[in-house]
Order: sequence, then structure tokens, then C-alpha cells
Amino acid sequence: MLKLLRGLAGLVGFLLLWEVVVQVGLVSKTFIPPASVVLVTVGDLLGDPTFLRDIVATMLAWLIAIAIAIAIAVPAGLLLGSVPVLRTATAAIVEFLRPIPVAALVPLVLLVIGSGPEAKITLGVYAALWPIMFNTIYGMGEIDPVLMETARACGTSRFRILSSVALPQTAPFVFTGVRLSAAIALIAIVSTEFLAGSEVGLGNFVLIASTGSTRFDLVLAGTVVAGALGYLINEGLERLGNRLFRWSTVDREAIA
Amino acid sequence: MTAATLSGRVGRRAARGATAVVRSWLLFAILVVIWEFAARAGGSKFFPPPTEIAVRAAHLWFTGPASSLFLTDAVFDNVFPSLGRMLGGWVLAAVVGIVLGMLAGRSGKAMDYVGPLFAFFRSIPPPTLIPVFAVLFGLGSGMQIGSIIFGAVWPVLLNTVEGVRSVDQVKVETARSFRTPKAYWLGMVVLPAAAPKIFAGLRVSLSISLLLMVVSELIGAYNGIGRSLLDAQQDFDFPTMWSWLVLLGILGYVFNTIFLAAERRVLAWQPTRLGRD
Repeated sequence: MLKLLRGLAGLVGFLLLWEVVVQVGLVSKTFIPPASVVLVTVGDLLGDPTFLRDIVATMLAWLIAIAIAIAIAVPAGLLLGSVPVLRTATAAIVEFLRPIPVAALVPLVLLVIGSGPEAKITLGVYAALWPIMFNTIYGMGEIDPVLMETARACGTSRFRILSSVALPQTAPFVFTGVRLSAAIALIAIVSTEFLAGSEVGLGNFVLIASTGSTRFDLVLAGTVVAGALGYLINEGLERLGNRLFRWSTVDREAIA
Repeated sequence: MTAATLSGRVGRRAARGATAVVRSWLLFAILVVIWEFAARAGGSKFFPPPTEIAVRAAHLWFTGPASSLFLTDAVFDNVFPSLGRMLGGWVLAAVVGIVLGMLAGRSGKAMDYVGPLFAFFRSIPPPTLIPVFAVLFGLGSGMQIGSIIFGAVWPVLLNTVEGVRSVDQVKVETARSFRTPKAYWLGMVVLPAAAPKIFAGLRVSLSISLLLMVVSELIGAYNGIGRSLLDAQQDFDFPTMWSWLVLLGILGYVFNTIFLAAERRVLAWQPTRLGRD
């Protein structure tokens, strides 16, 4: 409770600092409107159906992207984690593909897929794949070998070992990967909307506000909403993970 | 030891090294070859064959005069400025993040006040702030470095805080009972203990810096890799566009490799260091 109050105090302090810096005239009021103006704009926007549609479009793309990324990355991670030869063989490809920034792929995706929702979902999936896959592989390495060998000694089939022993044991790691990916995918999707100018979405809203009407209160309000969404998602997933995997004793460290 | 067995041993080691290289790059090579044939057969102009990309890339970057090591103007005008901004922004973000993180992590209550704020800043998709940086700094390096710092500082900062917090209590009390001077305490106890976490944060920041370098150049810049990529796309010059894309992949790979080597060297003393990437 005290912690919450202190967090709120920090937030209020930051908003006051922002307000004072702008009101005193250290930065231009047109380019960085004061906190009071931006907060009122946020309030107005949250009652605006067009803006809510933008948020829904972004969140929907985000959900789909995360679902697809999980469906691809978890089986891939389980496979690569249990077949070392495969992991060595694909390491070079993965290490080459992973560091390519999502934004650099925007021009290519625009040409091949167009600027519809498919484009942002594709890039969201691309960005979200890696943390889930790496954490799954890492989790596979942390499984107690006794468990695997017991299952094998009992004559459990390979597929059954993967689905009933390896998967539950790696689940906390997979979840950590999903939490990291959730933030990264949101950033990727909003960035794609912003760069590609899709029809609806939070990033598109910021793009229009910054180019057409140059309303920087709208730009900052959109940014604040995007940040708040990302924060809530991360916080929610962290709580959920703690609750879901209380039984797990392994010390899991996020790897990005 | 005779010369024969020595050369045999060297030969074996070389052979083993070669096998490892082949094993990790074989699939990569096969895929490139498949791409080559598929692209030639399919004839899609969006996906030119790798040989065409390689020829274009060589022409684009390595046909300059001998006086400048055969590098072309494209390298000097676009690649080097981009790298400078990216590394400059990353280093500044690292310094700011580590210093602030040490300060905030050392104080018991500071993180209660600013922690949620920092977590919120980290959640902001940095590209949406680029327009703000653009009007504040203009379409130059200032805006790009500003965006990179804003995006890259949070992982370093938050990881540093976490690392500083994780200092072993025995070490804290030992140092206190010896009345270790503050500078020693920070530099010789806290910083090394926090180093693994800090490195993890630095690595995330490095890829964010690369991302924001490209994004900021796509949005507004007069030169740079991102700008050239966008120009090539707008001219429908696909081999050139792919050349820049491949360059970004290579850069990411090289930075990551160098960073991992440096991390392994700096953290080699860590007893529990796991051999993971």
C-alpha cells in the first residue's frame, strides 16, 4: 500500500515537473504541451469512439500476433531444445534473422503484403517469435534429467515425453518469453502502424496527429495511452505468471 | 613428440573446427541456394536471387577508389553516420542508465517512487515519440540520438537497479565492517556484483539502438542506412533494398557476436557463469 502511494507520488511529481518546465518556457508549448493539456486530451480521447476503434484494432492485431507467435515458437523451441543437431544447424540462420530490426522489414512487408492488418500482424509475429523460442529452448536445458529418464525408462513415447514432461516443466520459461514478447510485439505493431500508415490503429493515430494537423497534444496523448497499455499488459502478465507457476521451484531468469 | 604427431594433432584440430563451421552454416548455405533457384524459377521482382543481391551490394559498397580502401561514397555517407549515431546513442544510454541505476538501486526508497514511472517509460513504443524529438531537435543526428537514448536507456537502468539490489548480504556486511570507502565499495563490490544483470540490459539496449537507428532514419533523415533502404524501396530498386536489409542482418550479427565475446571476457571470473547465450 505504501509502495503504491509512493509510486503515485512519483507519477504526480513527474507530471508537476513536466507542467512547470513547459509553463516556465524551457521548451516550446506547441511541441510539448503541458501535462495538464495532455491529460485532458487523454480523457477526451478515451470517450471518442474513433480513438477507441484505433485501440481495439491495435490490441486485436497484438492478440493475434501473440497467439500465432506462441503456436510457432513453442513447438519450434521444444524441437530445437530436444534435438541438438537441429539446433546447431539452425543457429546461424536464427542468429542472422533475429537481429534484423522489425522496422527494416516494413518496406519489404509493405510491398509484399500491403499495408492492411496482415502487415502489422506479420511483423508482430516476427518480433515476438524470438523471446518465446529462446526461453523455451533455455527452459528445456533446465529440466531435471531424472524426470526425462524416468519417463524414458517407463517406455513413454518421444512425443508423449515432449507434451507431458517437457512442456509442463518448461511452461514457466515459456511464460516469461511470452511476457517479453508481449511488450515487444506491441512496440512492433504500433511502430508498423506508424511507419506504414495502416487504416486504423494507435500508431496510425499518432502518425496523423503528427503530420497532418501537427497536434502534439494528440501525439503525446496517444503515446501515453500506448505506454499505459504496454505497462498494464506487462504488469498483468507478471502477476498472472507468479500465480500460475507458484508450484515451480526453478529459479527462472528472463533471457531476451 | 615427433613432428608427425604434432602436425596430425594440428590437422585434427583444424578438421574439427572445419566440421563445426560446416555444421552450423550448412543449412544456411542450403537455404540460400534454394532461394537462388526458387527466385530464378519464380521470377518475382520482390525477391531477387541472392547472387543478384550480392553483385549489387558489392557494386554499391566496394567499388570506390583505392585511396579509401575501395569503399564507395555510399559507405561514407550512409553506413558510417548510421553506425556513429547508433553506437553514440547506445553508449550514452548505457552511461546514463548505469549511473542512474546505481543511484536508484542503492537507495532503498527511490525505486518505490520512480519504479512505476520507469516501467511506464519502458512500455512506450519509442517510435511514437520520434515526431516529438523531430520537432525538438530537427531532422538531424540530434533527433536520432535522442530517440535512441530514450528507447535504450530503460533496460540498462532497470537491470542495473536489479543487479545492485542483488548484491550478496554477506558482502554488504563484510564491506561495512571493514569500513570500505564509498568509491571502493561502489566500484569493487556493487558494480562487479551487478555486472551480469547490467550486461543483460546492455544487450537488449543494443538491439533497441539498432531498431531505433533504422526507424528514426525511415521517418526523417537526410542520410543513413534506413534512409537508403526507403529510397531504394520507393524507386522499386529491389536488389538495392535487399542489399541494405542484408547489411542490417550482418550488422546485427556482428554486434551481437562482438558483444557476447566482450561479455564472456569481462564476466569470465564469475564462478556460476553458465555457458548460455
